[in-house]
Amino acid sequence: MSTRVFGKPIRRNEDERLLTGLGSYVDDISAPTAVHVAFLRSPEAHARIVKLDVNRARGHPGVVAVYTHTDLGEHDIELPLMIPHPCMPYPKTQRLLAHDEVHYVGQTIAMVVAESRYVAEDALELIELDYDPLPAVVDIEAALEDGASTTHTDSPGNVGAHLEQKVGDPDAAFREADIVFSERYSIERSAGMAMETRGVLADYDARTQELTVWDTTQAPLTIKGSLGSLFGIPYNKVRVKQPDIGGGFGTKVMFYPDEVLVPWAAIQLERPVKYIEDRIEHFIGSAHERKQIHDIEVAATADGVVLGLRDRFVHDTGAYIPYGIAVAQVAATQLPGPYRVPNFSVEFTAVYTNTVPVTPYRGCGRPQACMVIERVMDRLATEVGVDRVEIRRRNYIQPEEFPYQRGDILFADGLPVTIDSGQYDKQLDLLLETIGWEDFPAEKERARAEGRHLGIGLANYVEGTGLGPYEGAHVQIEPTTGKVWVATGLTSIGQGLETTLAQVAAEELGVEAHDVLVVTGDTQAMPWGVATFASRAAVVSGNAVAVAALEVRKKALGYAANMLEAATDDLELADGKIFVRGAPERHVTLKQVAIASNPLRYAFDDDARAATQFAPARRADGPQLPPGDEPGLEATGYYSPPHATWASGAHAAVVEVDLATGELTYVRYAAVHDCGTVINPMIVEGQVMGGVAQGIGGSFYERMAYDDTGQLRNASFMDFLVPYATEVPAMRLEHLETPSPLNPKGIKGAGEAGCIPVPALTASAIDDALSDLDITIRDMPLDPCSLKAIIDAAPTR
Amino acid sequence: MSSRSVTVTVNGSTFEREVEPRLLLSDFLRHDVGLTGTHVGCEHGVCGCCTVRVDGEAVRSCLMFAVQADGAEILTVEGLAPAEGGMHPIQEAFKECHGLQCGFCTPGFVMAASAYLDEQQRADLTDEEVREAISGNLCRCTGYQNIVEAVKYAAKTMYGDS
Repeated sequence: MSTRVFGKPIRRNEDERLLTGLGSYVDDISAPTAVHVAFLRSPEAHARIVKLDVNRARGHPGVVAVYTHTDLGEHDIELPLMIPHPCMPYPKTQRLLAHDEVHYVGQTIAMVVAESRYVAEDALELIELDYDPLPAVVDIEAALEDGASTTHTDSPGNVGAHLEQKVGDPDAAFREADIVFSERYSIERSAGMAMETRGVLADYDARTQELTVWDTTQAPLTIKGSLGSLFGIPYNKVRVKQPDIGGGFGTKVMFYPDEVLVPWAAIQLERPVKYIEDRIEHFIGSAHERKQIHDIEVAATADGVVLGLRDRFVHDTGAYIPYGIAVAQVAATQLPGPYRVPNFSVEFTAVYTNTVPVTPYRGCGRPQACMVIERVMDRLATEVGVDRVEIRRRNYIQPEEFPYQRGDILFADGLPVTIDSGQYDKQLDLLLETIGWEDFPAEKERARAEGRHLGIGLANYVEGTGLGPYEGAHVQIEPTTGKVWVATGLTSIGQGLETTLAQVAAEELGVEAHDVLVVTGDTQAMPWGVATFASRAAVVSGNAVAVAALEVRKKALGYAANMLEAATDDLELADGKIFVRGAPERHVTLKQVAIASNPLRYAFDDDARAATQFAPARRADGPQLPPGDEPGLEATGYYSPPHATWASGAHAAVVEVDLATGELTYVRYAAVHDCGTVINPMIVEGQVMGGVAQGIGGSFYERMAYDDTGQLRNASFMDFLVPYATEVPAMRLEHLETPSPLNPKGIKGAGEAGCIPVPALTASAIDDALSDLDITIRDMPLDPCSLKAIIDAAPTR
Repeated sequence: MSSRSVTVTVNGSTFEREVEPRLLLSDFLRHDVGLTGTHVGCEHGVCGCCTVRVDGEAVRSCLMFAVQADGAEILTVEGLAPAEGGMHPIQEAFKECHGLQCGFCTPGFVMAASAYLDEQQRADLTDEEVREAISGNLCRCTGYQNIVEAVKYAAKTMYGDS
């Protein structure tokens, strides 16, 4: 095959559109007759509504409608529980519009529809809302104490879920251990904070009874199915389109009230209805993640080989638990990281609090788990008296041990954790070389002589990626343009799927990647599939595209053999042409084959005219389309993974701490990642670097600052500090490719990885920078004030 | 609410519209003029997604009212490329260096970079200078490194021979 595009850093198909202002995000969709939505949101974390009067708002000029829960009729519902699990004693999901009781600041209470968003916001001011405040639950540990007030007054206690899992015999391991210690680590609350907020535009055509919804969702097929069943509209008359999307990060997977209410209002009003969150609404109305407190006990041999772990953690699920235990479960199952850990128990309690609901944000529990196990390794190194590198080598799962079965501990796909492949020592070797680990002590000493405190830290992670159940792809050679059309059910959220999936199809079909048109997130183009989450798009859709493209290739060669009156085995496919080996002048283009494959002939262009000059694509004496055959050069393929495939990585950073101010500077950063066979290294590097920047945010800048009344005190970019270019260091990246044995292409996921190890290695690096002082960082993220307080309180060693 | 007349030149074309005094310049450009390449990420002047050039200066259009732009010449991302088609060297550089992912913040970065490069008019920019120059814009996808590379690449294309 002459065209080799798989594995190459091909420039992206989507870029020109996005760079010239021709991207089409939800708020860019032209809908001149649309009316606009604003929501009255709860100002209290926990309160009983005693009066809600919307009459003045309804009478305001320019207001089209104002809805409260009493207006919703049969649609006055609770949102569905997306992922049920028996360990949730009373799973709570939120109502579209609140009834008597509100459970977090930001909860939707009333919906105003007006001629403009400006007028809709004016009308919000005219709604009379009176309420009796109730005690707010914010502290997840206090919430579990006897006599604690409850997040929901109709439910006992605040336990959202409780699950215990065990592998081996941890208690025996602790009895046999030479070294036993316990530690307590925590990570604070944060959120994805895509630059584009969420939004929905819905249009209902009452004549055809078709509902079209443009939604910033990562899961358009979920929305399609849900809206169809809620409103009783045939599946094929609900079209959900995810246009360009300005970052997802997991936040946009969830099903939010506005995603039902906006289409519902469009049906009621028979007018297009648009809702675009503002940034403050995104802070208080879209999901958060991360808050966990872990208590871990460690048992090891005198040589530092971990024999057992016992971890108990408390997980903040916010006011509701719509996505079940996903975040806590992922944290629990990935806690042992790339290490053997033969005996292991983990027990978590997900706690309801009167705060924004918690669902997966890029990393999904892994940054927390990574922080715990990597801090444990650092402590164990100190206990044993070896360095941080050596302790990890003594515990890594070795190449010959794969597939490595953790035992009876179930991952988010409901299957026992089985790590398929990895090369953790080699990965670490590459990292040490890239960051300059061996030379760092001298560098540190020189800096110290100048009064500067440098430190180095490292962390490893593994990540179960590419979860099922399945994805599909429809691949077609377009008969009019000759380009390859690829449609898949999941969505591009900015990570470059229009290019990576094009590369997969291009490789199989012998064309250039820019001649492949990839459509994602249009439920009419591909009505079957799941969604973009869990670093699964390249793995699951990538393999589905390959399956479909191979079938198209097979068909194309079969038709071309007939057209050229040659044997299939004598044909080659390259540069968009099929030719007889050794006689390249005897060829047909893929476009001509596509035209000829359809017995309906037309001849509006040269290729169509040319196609008629060949022998027919089918050699059949009967009907032109024989039974079982299909017109067109196309195929639909599906891929369903046996279980998650495990990517890995190791990152390191050199940091500088200013003892006088508590300021932290990342001096340089190195990352080695292994996501199996790489489709496009440029795109993977971009994913990793972006993840690292997000991890840096989650290590030193970003934290949702709830006060004890449940008010989010920093709900703006003025106070929730997303790092700028001046806070993010230069990074050096290296690829290691350990193909996954689970799928034909050897692909593992890469989307979330970058953010996972950053809090862990930052803590390690700060400890190292402050090695003159007796400091161990156990809680992340820090900020200059908290780091300064730690420094000031520390005894000198 | 009373409206006022505002006349602005956007990407070389003149637009006269009756608008409410409270209408943000960003909303005016997006919804009244119909140029949706200028994005709105925070509406409080931090993220820089809505950066456009007003009389040459890089400006956050969410922090300005449309009526304040009366008589001004505005350049948005749609007006940067040459009229005959293709992309501006800055846009080319962002593609070449993979300086964008989701593309939502990108028009803001491109416009901030265009103001900066027009002011600097030189090819020998350091990483530190570029990071400082783009430190009024947030990106959640790229980690910035490739944006820094893109701005340097563009500077070399635009001023490398001078």
